[in-house]
Amino acid sequence: MTTRTESEEMSTPTLAPHPDAPTGHKSPEGRVGAGLFDPKQLLKSLPDALRKLDPRVMVKSPVMFVVWIGSVLTTAFSFKDPGDWFGWTISAWLWLTVVFANLAEAVAEGRGKAQADTLRKAKTDTVARKADGTVVAGTELRIGDLVVCEVGDIIPGDGDVVEGVASVDESAITGESAPVIRESGGDRSAVTGGTKVLSDRIVIKITTKPGETFIDRMINLVEGAARQKTPNEIALNILLASLTIVFLLAVATLPPLADYAGTHLTMVVLVALLVCLIPTTIGALLSAIGIAGMDRLVQRNVLAMSGRAVEAAGDVSTLLLDKTGTITLGNRQAAEFVPVRGTTEAEVADAAQLSSLADETPEGRSVVVLAKERYGLRERHQGELAGAEWIAFTAQTRMSGVDVDGRKIRKGAAGSVIAWVAEQGGEIAADAREVTDRISGAGGTPLLVAVEDAEGARVLGVIHLKDVVKEGMRERFEELRRMGIKTVMITGDNPLTAKAIAEEAGVDDFLAEATPEDKMALIKREQAGGKLVAMTGDGTNDAPALAQADVGVAMNTGTSAAKEAGNMVDLDSNPTKLIEIVEIGKQLLITRGALTTFSIANDVAKYFAIIPALFAAVYPGLDKLNIMGLSSPDSAILSAVIFNALIIIALVPLSLKGVQYRPVSADKLLRRNLTVYGLGGLVAPFIGIKLIDLLISLIPGL
Amino acid sequence: MGPVLAGVLQLLALIGALALAYIPLGDYMAKVYSTDKHWRVEKWIYKGIGADPDTEMRWTAYLRGVLAFSAVGVLFLYLLQRVQGVLPGSLGFASIDPDQAFNTAVSFVTNTNWQSYYGEQAMGHVVQTAGLAVQNFVSAAVGIAVAVALVRGFARSRTGELGNFWADLVRGVVRILVPGAFVAAIVLVACGAIQNFSGIHEVGQFMGGSQQWNGGAVASQEAIKELGTNGGGYFNANSAHPFENPTPFTNLFEIFLILVIPFALTRTFGVMVGSVKQGYAILATMATIWIGFTALMMWTEFAHHGPAFDIAGGAYEGKEVRFGVGGSSIFATATTLTSTGAVDSFHSSFTGLGGGITMLGMMLGEIAPGGTGSGLYGMLIMAVIAVFIAGLMVGRTPEYLGKKIGAREIKLAACYILVTPALVLVFTAAAMALPTPVNSMTNSGAHGFSEILYAYTSASNNNGSAFAGLNADTQWFNSALGLCMLFGRFLPMVFVLALAGSLAEQKPVPATAGTLRTEKPLFTGLLVGAILIVTGLTYFPALALGPLAEGLAS
Repeated sequence: MTTRTESEEMSTPTLAPHPDAPTGHKSPEGRVGAGLFDPKQLLKSLPDALRKLDPRVMVKSPVMFVVWIGSVLTTAFSFKDPGDWFGWTISAWLWLTVVFANLAEAVAEGRGKAQADTLRKAKTDTVARKADGTVVAGTELRIGDLVVCEVGDIIPGDGDVVEGVASVDESAITGESAPVIRESGGDRSAVTGGTKVLSDRIVIKITTKPGETFIDRMINLVEGAARQKTPNEIALNILLASLTIVFLLAVATLPPLADYAGTHLTMVVLVALLVCLIPTTIGALLSAIGIAGMDRLVQRNVLAMSGRAVEAAGDVSTLLLDKTGTITLGNRQAAEFVPVRGTTEAEVADAAQLSSLADETPEGRSVVVLAKERYGLRERHQGELAGAEWIAFTAQTRMSGVDVDGRKIRKGAAGSVIAWVAEQGGEIAADAREVTDRISGAGGTPLLVAVEDAEGARVLGVIHLKDVVKEGMRERFEELRRMGIKTVMITGDNPLTAKAIAEEAGVDDFLAEATPEDKMALIKREQAGGKLVAMTGDGTNDAPALAQADVGVAMNTGTSAAKEAGNMVDLDSNPTKLIEIVEIGKQLLITRGALTTFSIANDVAKYFAIIPALFAAVYPGLDKLNIMGLSSPDSAILSAVIFNALIIIALVPLSLKGVQYRPVSADKLLRRNLTVYGLGGLVAPFIGIKLIDLLISLIPGL
Repeated sequence: MGPVLAGVLQLLALIGALALAYIPLGDYMAKVYSTDKHWRVEKWIYKGIGADPDTEMRWTAYLRGVLAFSAVGVLFLYLLQRVQGVLPGSLGFASIDPDQAFNTAVSFVTNTNWQSYYGEQAMGHVVQTAGLAVQNFVSAAVGIAVAVALVRGFARSRTGELGNFWADLVRGVVRILVPGAFVAAIVLVACGAIQNFSGIHEVGQFMGGSQQWNGGAVASQEAIKELGTNGGGYFNANSAHPFENPTPFTNLFEIFLILVIPFALTRTFGVMVGSVKQGYAILATMATIWIGFTALMMWTEFAHHGPAFDIAGGAYEGKEVRFGVGGSSIFATATTLTSTGAVDSFHSSFTGLGGGITMLGMMLGEIAPGGTGSGLYGMLIMAVIAVFIAGLMVGRTPEYLGKKIGAREIKLAACYILVTPALVLVFTAAAMALPTPVNSMTNSGAHGFSEILYAYTSASNNNGSAFAGLNADTQWFNSALGLCMLFGRFLPMVFVLALAGSLAEQKPVPATAGTLRTEKPLFTGLLVGAILIVTGLTYFPALALGPLAEGLAS
């Protein structure tokens, strides 16, 4: 029982499904571990990092701005006392701390820049031939202009095909070299500026102003020019700023206390203490984490129109997945041959195979393959049978078959075959209807096989066509359930069929005979319950739902209305990717949380390094806090500052790659991450500071 | 039975009693703040003050109620002290000076009960009973009301309404504090605490000379002093005075009174948000810190060595022999981990580290279990911060009890945790930098600094206990500490109520397997860690120069 929409989807040439999409494999790095980090990028991004020392840029990150001011102060005080090697060294390391933070951001941005350059190449200056015959530059096009593109033309701007059909090379945007068909009307009418017409002639109605085209937006996005802080990032910044103020208070109020205790704290020491206490690690890496999160999506050929959408992806609790192409393979396949009374399975298989040789549709081929695999029937070729008259499958007759040796064999949709048998004066076996009903009831599609020979016309048996659930989907949905995400299968099938497939695939719920209005209603219902909903879509009628969903991923093959409505575009047009998008969103949030926790936990060790160094001279008892046994007060403070700077560089790869993420329950995730980043954050600096102190103490003269 | 064992047994008995009271009291309080029935006496009060107890208030209206009521309270108490000299029943005491009257008025209205006066030498029956004792009830009720408003913020959705302040205030007094204090006063009287309106008695001493003993409505004031986590003693010696706290049993009973409402409020919270497990998680966090601190305190007080300590069997200086090191340690920890500030021993005389523990208890924000109401809301704010830091690690934007912790929520929580450190540190530094405040110290060195640090910590956190030794009746200390108490009480309340309003407006996010489970032990551990690191570390340098320097010296 396929619906109109689905058969349409099947007949439309789209990009091949992503080869590695739904395999459910678990790589040790975690599925969404990503792009390798190359230390050379650090060196390459150094000039950018130095440029970011401009206070007008620094002020955007409150924590690092405080470090920047601290660096200026210590440097100024070092100039007042030029013989003080300690002041100079601290100043140098404070500047390095700032530079390292900028470097993290610059490296993250650098990766996007490379992508932007590739895109720019596609956006060469194009010339547009308008329908009225005039020729203008691509940049002078206005919305509503009609342009003509023929073989070899670069499409001058985003628009919809209003006339003709053409194959288009979209590799400039998608990286996929197989051409796609663009035609007027329907859901495949959108074309993107910068892509190339490979055949035929189309007339395009321009829908976007120059400078705001898809490719322009892509360039902005991957470069980070359009980057705005996301809600959670803003909230985290507020918390970091307030922690900075708390520690600023703790340090700023210290001098009178120290004076009373009988020791004078220099500006250099105070700044060093402050920088060690404020959450510099997360403050330095926060924006790099955000950029890298977007970048991880770009690497998977997904463009997020805003960082907000990536964050929302992590929060998604309901996934709406289209059945076809996402949960099931695009085509149904023959699963079994069921004989009616009086025939054998082998007979049915033989007749089914013969009658399907002239059926080039995927379903027809699957019949041949099943006969071969299950019944050992060698695949015969049309030429082998002399004198055979082949009847090819057409959408009108909905049957295929062959007339050979006086036998007429037909196979096709139940209604067509029954009509054919009746036409030949034959009878329909009583149990044929039972079998077809049973197959429909189980969610399959029955095809009848009939023959007309000396014994008259009759139905031999039934071919059971099944939707084939993609391998590994069940496990994938199981994982999603553990992550607390509900999956809803959307299909045009009738409820019975939908239920059977839903059960086989292991989704939590399904929406059968779905209309765009149903989808919209489902989304609103879920959202009313406080849930965040993610979906994919490509058609113009999906646009309202895409806009309503918290994460709406439009397929690049879709209409411009769909792309406009969604907040992400999947250039591969692979709906399964929604699951990866959710995982990337989660990974982004986890990385932020992990490094925040790490950064704050670090403070404990730094106190144990610096407090005894500052005050053990006046209160010898405090030397008991020097549990690391650091060699001298100067070396202790310096070690803490150096550790504080180096940890930023050490964590740059982690912040770019994201922390390891596995789809498990919140409990397990928290336990694991708390152990690694919470306890790790407590312990690591004790070891790190001690090691640095050991090295420093080896320097002669200290 | 050795003193250590005795201390441990007392602690166990206390835990048992608190456990018994937990569910009935917690459930009762939840009912008090959820029902829409009014008692007759309450209706009279509403009529008297002209309040409609059934109007729902948004957070701004609720806050206006809190502030207006408290402002009137400060003004009334100030005037009462200023005219004491002409009031009857004042035992002949003069009117209080303006700076001290301001300090005392603020102190009692903010549930701090810092006392820069000697109760038996300054305050007559009228001020004690009509002024101070009344504030003991209502200031505690205000604290609970604000906590309940925050709980409603979590429990309600798609509304900005937080309940009615006047109803919450009156019910807290009429249905919880008055009956509780009544029973407690009878127990105290039965055990030997005094309750009369008698005058000053001249009593001869064993060693010659004479002493003046006041009568007074002591037991009734003592009951609410502990039950409402107030802490302002009738006598200067506070709960060390035999008229206030005559026996080891009353000592333990008073500790019980201090802790019972703050702990039980976590149950109230659990019931009101519809998950008692969430209440247990908060309870577990409070209990972990409280038991940890008590154990540490007993350890440092028992284990401290030196010839005098060894002869006495522990650090006995400044402690009552009838309570012992154990009873005193439990009391000291309970009073500083709540906003009580009553003392049965002198914190200044504790070992260096023991003194540090009392200070750290207050510095954590008095949230384990904290003051009546203020403990719960302080702890919930810390839970919001902890959820925000660690909640991200489950791969979702942070949420607590189904409410998203976004920029607005974190801004308010961050402001809350900024207030007291700012007050404590800035005022302490100012006191150390200015020439005169240092003259109030009795001791020099680290211990002298501890006196000042303790005073500002106590005032800003609305504790009210003193480290002893510091002469706080100076214009500087009366004014500065008064401001600390005022800002330390009401600024956090502003942020708490604003947060409650913001939470109440949200629609709830349903919990899934991907949601951070805040009712699990893991979260409790996380919350304890966050509290110790985020608030504890703020004060590390200051503590290092005071109690740590002293405690680690030997």
